[in-house]
Amino acid sequence: MPDRIKKFLDSGALFIWFCGTAVAASLLMVGGVLLLIMINGLGFFWPHALVEMTLTDGTRVLGELKGEEVIPYSQTPEFPEGRTRVRLKVGNRDLYGLDFRWVDTDRIATADSPNDVAAFERREWGNFYGRIREVARGDDVVATGNQEGWKALQPLIERANDLHDEIEHLQRDVIGDINFEIEGTRLRIRELELRGQREAPEVSELQAATKQLETQYRKHVATLRALSRQLDEYSVVLVETNGSEKRLAVGQIVKALRPNDMGLIEKILRYFVNFWSVLSEEPREANTEGGIFPAIFGTVMMVLIMSVAVVPFGVLAAFYLREYARQGLIVRVIRIAVNNLAGVPSIVFGVFGLGFFVYAVGGTIDTLFYPEALPTPTFGTGGILWASFTLALLTVPVVIVSTEEGLSAVPQEYREGSLALGATKFESMLRVILPCALPGILTGLILAVARATGEVAPLMLTGVVKLAPALPLDHHFPFLHFERKFMHLGFHIFDVGFQSPNVEAAKPMVYVTTLILVMVVIGLNLSAVALRNYMQKKFKASAV
Amino acid sequence: MSSRIDVLSEYHQADTQVRPYATKMQTAETTMASTQRSQDIKPKITVENTDFFYGEKQALFKVALTVPAYHVTAFIGPSGCGKSTLLRCFNRLNDLVEGARITGQICLDGKDIYAPSVDVTDLRTKVGMVFQKVNPFPKSIYQNVVYGPQLQGVRRRSVLDGIVEESLQGAGLWEEVKDRLHQSALGLSGGQQQRLCIARALAVNPEVLLMDEPCSALDPISTAKIEELLHSLKEQLTVVIVTHNMQQAARISDLTGFFLMGELIEYAETKTIFTNPSDRRTEDYVTGRFG
Repeated sequence: MPDRIKKFLDSGALFIWFCGTAVAASLLMVGGVLLLIMINGLGFFWPHALVEMTLTDGTRVLGELKGEEVIPYSQTPEFPEGRTRVRLKVGNRDLYGLDFRWVDTDRIATADSPNDVAAFERREWGNFYGRIREVARGDDVVATGNQEGWKALQPLIERANDLHDEIEHLQRDVIGDINFEIEGTRLRIRELELRGQREAPEVSELQAATKQLETQYRKHVATLRALSRQLDEYSVVLVETNGSEKRLAVGQIVKALRPNDMGLIEKILRYFVNFWSVLSEEPREANTEGGIFPAIFGTVMMVLIMSVAVVPFGVLAAFYLREYARQGLIVRVIRIAVNNLAGVPSIVFGVFGLGFFVYAVGGTIDTLFYPEALPTPTFGTGGILWASFTLALLTVPVVIVSTEEGLSAVPQEYREGSLALGATKFESMLRVILPCALPGILTGLILAVARATGEVAPLMLTGVVKLAPALPLDHHFPFLHFERKFMHLGFHIFDVGFQSPNVEAAKPMVYVTTLILVMVVIGLNLSAVALRNYMQKKFKASAV
Repeated sequence: MSSRIDVLSEYHQADTQVRPYATKMQTAETTMASTQRSQDIKPKITVENTDFFYGEKQALFKVALTVPAYHVTAFIGPSGCGKSTLLRCFNRLNDLVEGARITGQICLDGKDIYAPSVDVTDLRTKVGMVFQKVNPFPKSIYQNVVYGPQLQGVRRRSVLDGIVEESLQGAGLWEEVKDRLHQSALGLSGGQQQRLCIARALAVNPEVLLMDEPCSALDPISTAKIEELLHSLKEQLTVVIVTHNMQQAARISDLTGFFLMGELIEYAETKTIFTNPSDRRTEDYVTGRFG
């Protein structure tokens, strides 16, 4: 018997089972995380049905059903399974104080989904669930009743959204440009002052230009005010399910939906519209609503700058260590140090980035090149460039290690063959070794991108913000604004999920942001993998 | 034939300065009204009193020999006897080895190749090399062949095309690959790859071709093709080949050097080495009694 056991153990069958189990467990965990994120994140865009309930005490509740659970410790002899309760998103934060409400199942007298209730997404105070009493223009009633009001409201909301777009355009592009120019002339004047040319003719010219710009500015602000007044022109009186009224300017409503009245196709369309608006819009309401476009943009741009910074550095360092340096104790120590650098906590890199890049380098750049803007720092404060550089520092060991591995995988015969043809060492490296090592280098890049996209802690010290006023890329010369602060998906998750006053309302947004962060990581990685495969095909064609 | 050996022994005794033997010999041979080939007999590489060290370990001991131009010279001997080391001294590929050190003198056309003024890359274009391990670059066939010429600054497409055809024809590969020049070189068979390496070496128009066991990884048919190639190659250049295969040395070479433990035991016409060696150890080796 022991013989058979020994034979079985020696056969390695058990070992194979262990290996398989390890792989299966890893896959299961990764798959579970992705599934959780996807279920919660993708469900967010679906127009959920509204439920109206009458409770045993006669009050009514209207909202989206968000889940059901057994009340903790409610098991009694009559209810061995415990009593249950449902969670509703009732919205109407301005009236109820809270968006969410628990209702014990046994208190529900009736529940149904009437077709005439609507969900109004508002610019402030979250959603309103209820019906329309009347639509008015100033004091004149335009339409009364839920049905009439709904019909009257649709074109008004569309018009209000157009107005909002117009205001947005005026504020951001037109007035933004004027402000940009005013700031530019102010800095130019300050620069001349610092040079002691206060009396130069250019100064008075600039001052005149500023005056002109300010006149323009005032004109546009007046237009803006007029437009804003138009937003308040129409108002709507909404009633919640218990009969309380709320008067609202139509301009406050982003969109109104009657989810119970929608067909499947309509809902699917709405799903994609919602998805797109989250991807493309800017956040509202302390980031808990609206879209996350600036965060996506900031994340991708930061990773791209990081890649551009980290690859040349890492590759050059690896080339030196592998090809030029005399292999000995010092190189070994350096290699160990590089490997250990990858294990340093990221917050330490953040502190270093703040001290070195932001204060030392950025501060010096400011005093040398932007003295006119001081005391307002230009580069001497957190910004996308410094954040990217800090992450580049964080990921450079990964690139060095994989490049070195790539280099050591290049057969010695290639080097000798190239040298024997009269190439110098540099030519051999450039024309034979580098192409062969490219897949290794790109593997390093893939790992670096994966690590950098998910990193948050160092960014908090070096330039990420909750809400950035402008993207780091726009139409103002020089188009790329490396000094600007930026938004980041990882920080967005932290901020929305854990720093927001209304955590329950923000929860879907956290899942959505997580989902999109994962998608961005996968997207960036896939493009790097595609690049690597292309290179491999080009340089390592297999035998036919 | 015997006169050639006499000439060679004369070289051995000669001093290390640039010597006018070639002309002297030519006139001598002309008077003998010999063939065109024997007129060309002149020393290509002369090795004088050379010691070679890998760090502390000495790999060559007082080696001295002369490689005649337009002949195939073979180095034979058991593994680790220093024959490859000597070969790699001829194009200074041993410079790459850390701790390598050489004393004595190796001259190409009478010029010391280890002199400080020598441009190593220049030397290597004159002295090409084919390796034991087949090593075409992971590029297309075309790019492999033009690698050397491009390094020398040849950019004109028409010139490169000409070089590619000429070199591949020189290596007997043209007919097999002319339709797929732009496919990966790694798609070729082992023997074809080795001939591509020969073509690649020929593309820079070398004066000497060093071959370090070029057939040891190849099948007999590919080996035969390469051996055949050597016969035509020696019309254009000087070949030095290291081989483990004594039949191969006997078949292809004009002169053979037998190495043992870093020493050149015997260096003579191939026929002499294999039929009537003067040293006992050579005889033991070539008859298979040892090694």
